[in-house]
Amino acid sequence: MSVDALVPSAIDGLMLGFVYGLAAMGLTLIFGVMRVINLSHGPVIALGMFVVYVLFTGAGVNPYLGLIAAAGLGILFGVAIYFVAVDRIINAPELTTLLATYSVNLMIVGVATSVFTTTPRAVDISLGSVGGSGVTILGTHAVAVAIAIAGAALLYAILFRTRIGKSIRAVANNRAAAELMGIDSRRVLALSFGIGTSLAMTSGALLSTLFSFTPLSGATYEVKSFVIVVLGGLGNPTGALVGGIVLGLLEGVSTVFIPVSWVPVLEYVIFIAILLVRPTGLLGARA
Amino acid sequence: MRGITVALALVGLLAAACGGTTTPGAGTSGQTTVKKDLIIGFTASQTGAQNVASNKQTEGIKLWVDDVTKAGGIKLKDGTILMPQIKSYDDQSATDRVQALYTKLINDDKVDFLLSPYSSGLVKAAAVVSEQNGKVMITAGGADDATMEQGFRNIYQVYTPASKYLTGAIDLMLKLDPTIKKVAIVNEKDSFSTSVVAAAKPYAESKGLQVVVNQGYDTGTVDFGPFINQISAAAPDAIIGGGHLPDGTTLAKQLYEKKVSARFVALLVAPPEPTFADIGDAAQFIVGPSQWETQTKYSAEAAKTAGVPFYGPTGADFTTAYKAKFSAPPSYHSAGGYAAGLTLQKALEDAGSTDPEKVKTALDKDDFMTFYGRIKFSTDPKTHGKQIAHEMVYVQWLKGSDGKLATQIVWPAEAKSADPQLRK
Repeated sequence: MSVDALVPSAIDGLMLGFVYGLAAMGLTLIFGVMRVINLSHGPVIALGMFVVYVLFTGAGVNPYLGLIAAAGLGILFGVAIYFVAVDRIINAPELTTLLATYSVNLMIVGVATSVFTTTPRAVDISLGSVGGSGVTILGTHAVAVAIAIAGAALLYAILFRTRIGKSIRAVANNRAAAELMGIDSRRVLALSFGIGTSLAMTSGALLSTLFSFTPLSGATYEVKSFVIVVLGGLGNPTGALVGGIVLGLLEGVSTVFIPVSWVPVLEYVIFIAILLVRPTGLLGARA
Repeated sequence: MRGITVALALVGLLAAACGGTTTPGAGTSGQTTVKKDLIIGFTASQTGAQNVASNKQTEGIKLWVDDVTKAGGIKLKDGTILMPQIKSYDDQSATDRVQALYTKLINDDKVDFLLSPYSSGLVKAAAVVSEQNGKVMITAGGADDATMEQGFRNIYQVYTPASKYLTGAIDLMLKLDPTIKKVAIVNEKDSFSTSVVAAAKPYAESKGLQVVVNQGYDTGTVDFGPFINQISAAAPDAIIGGGHLPDGTTLAKQLYEKKVSARFVALLVAPPEPTFADIGDAAQFIVGPSQWETQTKYSAEAAKTAGVPFYGPTGADFTTAYKAKFSAPPSYHSAGGYAAGLTLQKALEDAGSTDPEKVKTALDKDDFMTFYGRIKFSTDPKTHGKQIAHEMVYVQWLKGSDGKLATQIVWPAEAKSADPQLRK
């Protein structure tokens, strides 16, 4: 244990937390709007990584431009997943949609593994670093935080400043009533799935600029996203962002006091504890 | 004439009954020669985390097969000529696939002998299957001590065991800078790296070093931030550890990016691989243990001095042929693959037979030198097959006068191609 590592570890954890939060916002948005537990979330995060990777290595596209492409493709891909796997069973019990999205998970992992194999890939980008006296902040991490904040702000702008956002909130609140008001709920649900997928792919794109990855890498972040949405409150995007930051900070700080390999154990203990003690999460469900 | 035809047909039938395809012919001394396929099975990590080093190992094996084929096969005393054929599958760097595929190689493909996959974890899985089926396996890419301390009777290790991987690096470090006192150990938590550290940590402490960080990381770790923060806070003079190529490369890169100021860094497996240079200046001054380097000079003269026979091509011939075939320099993983093939070849020649018991007897007696180094196996029942003669060298990435990074042998002193340097 070294308390000297506390500040840099806390900063590193906090910065990663924003990226975790962005991914979790996608998961929680989908749950909040349509009560679907999206088990294709992890592979979709990995797809975001590979969009950046393919554009970067294949066409020399800057990873941050690749990130915009990943975000755009995410909406299209999410809408496609919705119509293929979710639309016809949207009113079925939650277990049915859970299994449907799990099938999508297996399909994406299967195809991506056969195309890209499980050989680790990396996007070789460096933006230098700043700092000294024990704290060094890498440029790529700082940019990832800025983009994650911008992504979260954009989601809020869409949800609270646009007509479509109003429709999404209306459908989330009461689908039947929204339909009676003339809202095409099917279209709104598909778009929500698209936005949620886009957020996941954007976070994957950001993670590709930080760490190496394989088609299986999304699984780690999917589990973190579940912990975060429970921590922040199911269906609550603000809670997801806050939960992400809390989890990141917790990961960073805990490594100072316990062996790093014990950190996931701590995360799951918190996960279970929140479910038992405060199942609505820190900020309450479906704000 | 009819009698000769009948005799040749009988020999052919006999050889075919032994499981290989045969091509009868006349030997130079009038002895009847029979060409027979020698099926050699192994899995390779064509994909997955171990694919780079594994591909190098496979290339080494392929070159050995090519060389044997060009030389007209492995000639046994009874006139049989064995033509090696490879039967190989992609194990995807996954233990469960290794277990399934080695079972398939033995039971379905009916291979004659086995070579190992790459990396200790996969070798351990393959070794258990080989041992259970009584199949001889020469391990190329596995250094883990634990695998070779289970009393296996059919497994023979070509690599210097893991316990010797970092002890030499500690000697080098203290020779280079005797004022080094604090060392951080951060290693992958797989069986190989754990074996390395289990030997290196007490060795470091016996040399008066203080281990200020001692942490393991999971296989597949990509974010070393938490470890690096602890290392920075403990301000060690030296860092040793690592695991395999992907994690070792990432760790070296992140140590550089986070400006960690340790004067000496030695990592397992990754530094001797040519692709380690992909991380640019982050590779500079990193030390790594290596089973073999192109600059290593094991020769017929060295063998004579050691009182053992020299067998196979010279290092220069191996390197030239390898570069010509694969358009890339060989790494120690390539040399290990070739050496595993050579070891099997010599044992077959000495045994004069493909009978597993005779081949094992030959392997147990073997003590010889190749371009890769000296090969001798333990015959102690508890550590049977463990490598006891081969020596490690240590490389360091240094910039030449042209400003380009290249590996140089820096230890042991009598084998060095350049003077070791502290990190700046």
